[in-house]
This record gives sequence, C-alpha cells and structure tokens, in this order.
Amino acid sequence: MINIRDLTKLYKERVVVNQLNLQIHQGELFALLGQNGAGKTTTIKMLCGLLSPTEGDATIDGKSIVKNTQAVKQVINISPQETAVAPNLTVYENLLLFSQIYGYEKEKAQQQVYDKMALFGLTPHQHDKAKTLSGGYQRRLSVAMALMSNPKVLFLDEPTLGMDIRARNDVWNILKHLKGHVTIILTSHYLEEIEALADRVGIMHHGQICALGTIQQLISETGKHSLEEVFLEKTEEALL
Amino acid sequence: MRVAAFATRNHKEIVRDPITLLFGIGLPILLLGLSSVMQKNMPFALYEMNNLTPGVIVFSFSFLTLFSGMLLGKDKSSSFLMRIFVSPLSAADYILGYMIPLLPIALLQIFICLATAMFLGLPFNKSILFMILVLLIISPLYISCGLLFGTLFTDKQVGGIFAIFVNVTTWLSGTWFELDMIGGTFQKIAQLLPFMHAVNAARAILHAEYANVFYSLIVVIGYTIIMTILAIFMFKQKMQGSTK
Ligand SMILES: Nc1ncnc2c1ncn2[C@@H]1O[C@H](COP(=O)(O)OP(=O)(O)OP(=O)(O)O)[C@@H](O)[C@H]1O
Ligand SMILES: [Mg+2]
Repeated sequence: MINIRDLTKLYKERVVVNQLNLQIHQGELFALLGQNGAGKTTTIKMLCGLLSPTEGDATIDGKSIVKNTQAVKQVINISPQETAVAPNLTVYENLLLFSQIYGYEKEKAQQQVYDKMALFGLTPHQHDKAKTLSGGYQRRLSVAMALMSNPKVLFLDEPTLGMDIRARNDVWNILKHLKGHVTIILTSHYLEEIEALADRVGIMHHGQICALGTIQQLISETGKHSLEEVFLEKTEEALL
Repeated sequence: MRVAAFATRNHKEIVRDPITLLFGIGLPILLLGLSSVMQKNMPFALYEMNNLTPGVIVFSFSFLTLFSGMLLGKDKSSSFLMRIFVSPLSAADYILGYMIPLLPIALLQIFICLATAMFLGLPFNKSILFMILVLLIISPLYISCGLLFGTLFTDKQVGGIFAIFVNVTTWLSGTWFELDMIGGTFQKIAQLLPFMHAVNAARAILHAEYANVFYSLIVVIGYTIIMTILAIFMFKQKMQGSTK
C-alpha cells in the first residue's frame, strides 16, 4: 500500500530523515516510534505531500507522492500533531466542512457527521464552537475530522495526546474497527497504545528506522521483556 | 461545491468575530461624521460628501486586508491550513475560498457608508449605483493584499503590518489632502501605487467623469492580478517548503 524508497529530507545542511526504506501493507496499523526530533512528523508530512522530499520517493496506492501528489491527496487524510480545528465553527460545522471539501453531497455528509459525532462522543457538544471545547474534546474533534473523507490511508500524529482515559479507550476501539480496512500510520509516545493497536512497529532514530517488526519479534530478537526495554536499548545503542 | 463549503467556513469565521468587524464599519462612519463637521469651517471643498465618500469607503476596504490577512495567518499557525493543504483543493481554490467571503463584507461596508453619507447630505443619483459597482471591483485589491500578508506572516505580525498598511494607503490615497499640494517624490510614489487610483476611480465615476475611471481602474485591476498571483505563488512555495 505504501512503498517508501530512500526517502530523505534535509533542512539546510541537517539530515532529518535519512534514506528511509519501508513497506506498509494494505489494512495494516503501523506504529512509528521514536524520540522527540527523530523525524516522525517530517516523514508523515512528506508522505502527505506537505513537504517535498530532498531525495527519494514513495508510492501510496501505487501513486508517487512526488509526481502525482493530487492523486495521493484523494486517498489519504491526516490528524496533525497539533490540534487543528476551525475555532469559530461548531463541532457539527467543522465535521461537515471536511466532508464537503472531500466532495460529499450535503445529505450524505450530514449522515456521516452524525455517525462520527456519535462514535467520538461529540454529540452532546455538536452546537459548541470548537474554541470553547476543552483540550481533550478539541483533540477528539481533530481526529474525527481526519476520518470524514473515509481515507484509504490515515496518518495519525500522536492522536490521543491530552485525552482522558475513556476518550483514549474510545479512540483505540475506533482504530481497532478501522484496522484491516484502512491503512493506518500512527505515531505515539504511549507504549501501551502501541501494544494495544499496532500490527508492526518501526523505531525511528536520527531519521532512520533502526528496528522493524511485530512487537513479539522485536522482544525476542533483542532478548528483552517489554517494548519499553527494546525502545530504550535501540535508541541508546544508536546514540553511541 | 468544495470551494463554496470552504468559503462559507471563512465567512463564518470572520463574522463570528464581531469586534473587528464593528471596527471596520464603525470607524468609517465616524470619519464621515467628523469630516462633515470640519467641512463647515473649511474654505475648499475637499471634505464635501461628494469628494469624501469614495475615499472613506476605499479606506474602509483596508479592513478587508486585516480580515483576510488575520484569518489566513491564524489558519497557518494553528495547523488548520495543513488540513486544507492535504485536501484535494488546489492553490487557486484556497485563494478563491479566502477571497469570495469578503465580498459580501465589502458590500456591507459600501451600503453602510453610503447610507451615512446620504444622511449627511450626499445627493442620490444614478452615479452612486455605478460607484457601487466600481467599488466592488476595487475591493479585491485590498483582499489580495491581505492574502499576501497572511501567506508571509503570522496573524500577530499581520496586526502590526496592518497598522503600517492603513497609514501608507491613507496618506497616499489623496482622500484627506490633495496630493498635488505636496507634489514631488511623495506624489510620484502615490502615482506608482494603486491606492490613489482606487480613490480616483471611485470619485470619477461618482462625478460622472467616465473618461478618468478607465485608466485608474486598469491600474487597480493590474495590481490586484499581480498581488493575487504573487499570493498564490508564495502559497505554493509555502505548501512545498515548510508548512509553518
Ligand atoms: N521547518 C523546519 N526547519 C528546520 N528544522 C526542522 C523543521 N521542522 C522540523 N525540523 C527539525 O527536524 C527534526 C525532526 O522533527 P520532527 O518534527 O519530524 O520530529 P518528531 O519525530 O515528530 O518529534 P516529536 O516526537 O517531538 O514530535 C527536529 O530536530 C526538528 O528540529
Ligand atoms: Mg512529531
């Protein structure tokens, strides 16, 4: 589904993403793990066509992110690392807007909005302006907005940041239902989230993937007891 | 359809922030009122409603620069624009989506200023109807300036730049004093920029001097096209370079 080849990004002289090679399969939930500044968000931005790669390319659903950005845009969506909502629109209007931007007719769009509001527990707040919502509810809205286009490939950059326990659980359940149908690339600093959801994990360090596989594989390869131990070892080793 | 949905959002975003909107309408009314008082004690006719109204309406358009610049700047800093960039909307779609919703606001400014001016003694005739049309053609100039500012700067910076912009456009517009009276470099700069021409076009049509409308309007439209293309170009740069 996603095929990344030698993807590289330089900011000035600094290499932020370094010759990344990676395949992600249809319907897989792939977790991208890494310390702050490892290059996760930069990688996602390139895959979404927001940043041009300095070198390399990737295909999504067979289409190049460099040469055929417009076609890629039809099948992807993103929930950005920062909460991104229209502050003066209500919850309902925010969701409807993104359904319509992706070309859904009003009636179909409205139906989807009601479905998504119910799914994310937003229905009681549907008439509240986004800027009056609490941080966690804004986050729910921000994630829900990414689903309005029914993307084939979904990028979630730290989706559950700032959510309470129940909201996080709700989002996990939603993602478990999406798995298999939608290809999901998720970044998170919560290891229990990754343990609960990810089919495969890639640990990113200094712009490169330094470990790749299922959580079980990673644990048995390194002889550790938990994903956390694996993560700490992999990111420390590479530092030396 | 897509553009319409996006334009509707932008319209709502602006009108639901009524304080700035009130400024953009209230200040011109205040200026009209003050000047009409001043005119009573002045030996020449610059501040007569006939001369003043077109200038004040064009002045009120500088708030369109503020509205569009602030909105775009805010969307940029809040990552909202990232969502729009990821969507299948094209660069021209974004610009249209930001431009169209400001036209009804321009029309509102025109009507309120005209109503005030007529209350203060502007006689009604059919030239006023033509002037409304000309003013609507002028307004995108100010919107495109806002889009360029919003593309290049953050919403907070746009606020500061707007303060300079208002001053520059007002001084160089010929609304408050005759540029001929100053002459020299000052007048030359004013002639090179579109703001004086915007006021001239609106005045000329109101005075039924149709021959003078054409040239001024061409300058304004030319600048509008250049600013819009520049905004789209910088927009595309931003889309590809860094998202912030
Ligand atoms: N526009 C930019 N200009 C210069 N450097 C940048 C820019 N954007 C990001 N970087 C740098 O690129 C590196 C990778 O950033 P990125 O946002 O991809 O990290 P991340 O893995 O998402 O980290 P986090 O977990 O903190 O979100 C960082 O060191 C950052 O300083
Ligand atoms: Mg990040």
